[in-house]
Amino acid sequence: MTDNLRPESPAEWVLKIEGLEVATRGAAAKPILKGVDFSIAPGETLCLVGESGSGKSVTSLAVMGLLPKGSLKATGGRIELEVDSLLEVSPTRLRDLRASRMAMIFQEPMTALNPLMRVGEQIEEVLIMHQKSLSSTQRRERVLEMLDQVQLPDIERVFDSWPHQLSGGQRQRIMIAMALILEPKLLIADEPTTALDVTTQKQILKLIKALQERHGTSVLFITHDMGVVADIADRVCVMRHGEVVETQPIEELLRRPGTEYTRQLLTAVPSLRPRAARAVTDREIVLEAIELEKRYGERSAWARWTGKAASQTLAASNINFALTRGRTLGIVGESGSGKSTVARCVMRMIEPTGGGVRVMGKDIASLGRAALKPHRKRIQMIFQDPFRSLNPRLTIATSLVEGPINYGTPREEAMEKSAELLALVGLPKDALDRYPHQFSGGQRQRIAIARALAMEPDVLVADEAVSALDVSVQAQVLELLDDLQRRLGIAVLFITHDLRVAAQICDEVMVMQKGAVVEYGPAERVLGAPEHPYTRSLMLAAPGRHWDFSGFRPLDHVFEETPASTSTAPV
Amino acid sequence: MFSYCLRRTLAAVPVMVVVALFVFLLLRLSPGDPAAIIAGDMATPEQLDRIRETLGLNQPLYIQFFNWAGELLRGDFGTSLMSNLPVTQLMAQRLEPTISLALLSIALSVVVAVPMGVIAAWKHGSLIDNAVMSLSVLGFSVPVFVTGYILIKIFSIDLGWLPVQGFRRVSQEGFGPFIQHAILPALMLSTIYIALIARMTRASMLDVLGEDFIRTAHAKGASEKRVLFKHALRNAGVPILEVIGTGFALMITGVVVTESVFNIPGLGRLTVDAILSRDYPVIQGLILVTSGVYVMINLAIDLSYALLDPRIRYQ
Repeated sequence: MTDNLRPESPAEWVLKIEGLEVATRGAAAKPILKGVDFSIAPGETLCLVGESGSGKSVTSLAVMGLLPKGSLKATGGRIELEVDSLLEVSPTRLRDLRASRMAMIFQEPMTALNPLMRVGEQIEEVLIMHQKSLSSTQRRERVLEMLDQVQLPDIERVFDSWPHQLSGGQRQRIMIAMALILEPKLLIADEPTTALDVTTQKQILKLIKALQERHGTSVLFITHDMGVVADIADRVCVMRHGEVVETQPIEELLRRPGTEYTRQLLTAVPSLRPRAARAVTDREIVLEAIELEKRYGERSAWARWTGKAASQTLAASNINFALTRGRTLGIVGESGSGKSTVARCVMRMIEPTGGGVRVMGKDIASLGRAALKPHRKRIQMIFQDPFRSLNPRLTIATSLVEGPINYGTPREEAMEKSAELLALVGLPKDALDRYPHQFSGGQRQRIAIARALAMEPDVLVADEAVSALDVSVQAQVLELLDDLQRRLGIAVLFITHDLRVAAQICDEVMVMQKGAVVEYGPAERVLGAPEHPYTRSLMLAAPGRHWDFSGFRPLDHVFEETPASTSTAPV
Repeated sequence: MFSYCLRRTLAAVPVMVVVALFVFLLLRLSPGDPAAIIAGDMATPEQLDRIRETLGLNQPLYIQFFNWAGELLRGDFGTSLMSNLPVTQLMAQRLEPTISLALLSIALSVVVAVPMGVIAAWKHGSLIDNAVMSLSVLGFSVPVFVTGYILIKIFSIDLGWLPVQGFRRVSQEGFGPFIQHAILPALMLSTIYIALIARMTRASMLDVLGEDFIRTAHAKGASEKRVLFKHALRNAGVPILEVIGTGFALMITGVVVTESVFNIPGLGRLTVDAILSRDYPVIQGLILVTSGVYVMINLAIDLSYALLDPRIRYQ
């Protein structure tokens, strides 16, 4: 706890946490926070970073008094917000302080808004509860003014919109408007941009910064993303296992991390600078897409009967690529770009509406169910969320042998094979008889990889396969994939929104936008010197792009914004 | 919104056609000659021929169906074999007691059960929650006629506050006498629905209370009451409405026992009498009417979803 910069006198901090302890409720109380200390000065941005389970979200919920009542409770320490001691004030006082002196925005703007209330009314509700003297016209004016401040277009229309009619970025702007309308002293932002696309993230971060300067707000920003930290933090507080590891000004932390843990955390951040493509050893094309197209359209009886123009969406069009043995092709793009659609078409999980998919030279795009079966095992998928992609009721062994047995492998043989596979992905043999919930996220993703490999595929399709993992675990899983590729010569189609990950694992990269390919080539060129404006805007929006994290120094050659690439439309 | 309502309403039409077809075939395809069924065991061959002639049974099946359906559309449901009265008239007499009783019961159930469920969910795991849950198990497991007779014993015989049985039409004698006669049967009918709706409200509320936007509401400084009723209950509404609707539909047919216990001249007893005496035209009419009520209730539920949830509205 090297918090030597902590301001001491009350005027110098807005929030001060001392020795905060939180434990689970019940007979076997388990400590979650073990004495957390930090403080935030007026107008300062303090980033709380750490991996999952470090206690950063619990800390923020404890400040707001929003710990889940049934399961967690604060057992010690102090939380002071200016003159109020938050663990001691009455529930009524705490309610008064919320929104007026401290406010919070959350990770998922989709679920954080009430789906059955117009967004304007949801912001207005803050005024109804805290400023009872305002008339309804005054309230509406204030809300509209705030909508304007968060740079939403067409504010009258937005006021009367339902949450589902707005984009993710717009919803987060609504949340910000709601949080800041009473000009609170403290804004707690819990991973507010994690669920957003990079370009949207960039705009939201900029907006928070601007409003912070305008209102003099202190910001407690919780994130796992070191890139974001590097871009916005004044000081950083690193947490691990419910304890503060170190608190440092940002430059200091990035250049001279004070602890081994922080050092590891920074080293694990993948570099944005693409690695060189591996030498071509095998020219055999294992997977090829030829003018692949997927079109969604309304074909209901009602639509035909009313003769309404069929509203069709081109989820992917004119997709061409070729993947050779032992290589990794990355498909990158933002949400809605069609990258997952391509993966699913290639897997024939959904039916392509045009073009061809060749697996080992054989077109499978139009094969029927029976004819498709022998080709299915050649191409296997790893999913994003290892917590949901394994059947919780089946032992690991059962999950691993199911596929091979379906393809006629005798059970004994399949069992032997699965033990080997577990060793291959770095898990102990006794894992076979256990259930998915007994493993961590990283271990589960290893199991998911073993499951895919059990089919002896030629191609692995990894759809955001490391996006749900902490950076250190992510690094290990990526290393495992690399290792397997070298040993088994497997080809990987890697779908990701994360440019850092793409830069580290891909030989070739295909950038997609709105269902179309905008740039396709060696990763070194596409990510190192992007030509298309969209790729450029993606690279420019990547957080922390000025910093070489594992080198503990700023990068010297970063390509800069050109007038052409700044024109990203606000969301 | 308009297009949604129109679509839903139009979707009810084919359902009713299928029901009508089924009801029609019920008589024609049941074993034996319809004319013989209608005429009874003692009929002579001449009588049978005359019945066949008048009912048009000599014509092809599909023509018979269209003729019959045409009469239905004109409001002619045929004539009862037992009383020789028009089926429509028989049913009209019985419809009001049943519908008014069902409405009263469902209103009672909702008023009691929804707050119970909300409070149980709010105080999840507490004594109140456990009490509500135990009561609802009781509500499920005690047969309705037992509840009915216990209610009569207490309120009518021992206390003498309410009549033992009988029925007064709200349309003829006003609300006072109606409620006096209907409150006990309504209480009896609603026990199961109170249990059902309270459980569903609790489960649905528990789901919603775990949602992110509830946390947002707390973070805004909203009071417990506001969070529960303004944010949570409406979001929990769709499954609750679903049970209320299904409950109401089931009540229309499940009312038989209650009508017998309290001697109420409703549809339930008409149904039992018609089945016992094989009064086919009446049975057909009753099936059509109850199915019609089911379809209407389903439609009402679908439309109320749209009122409740803008995401459904704009689909």
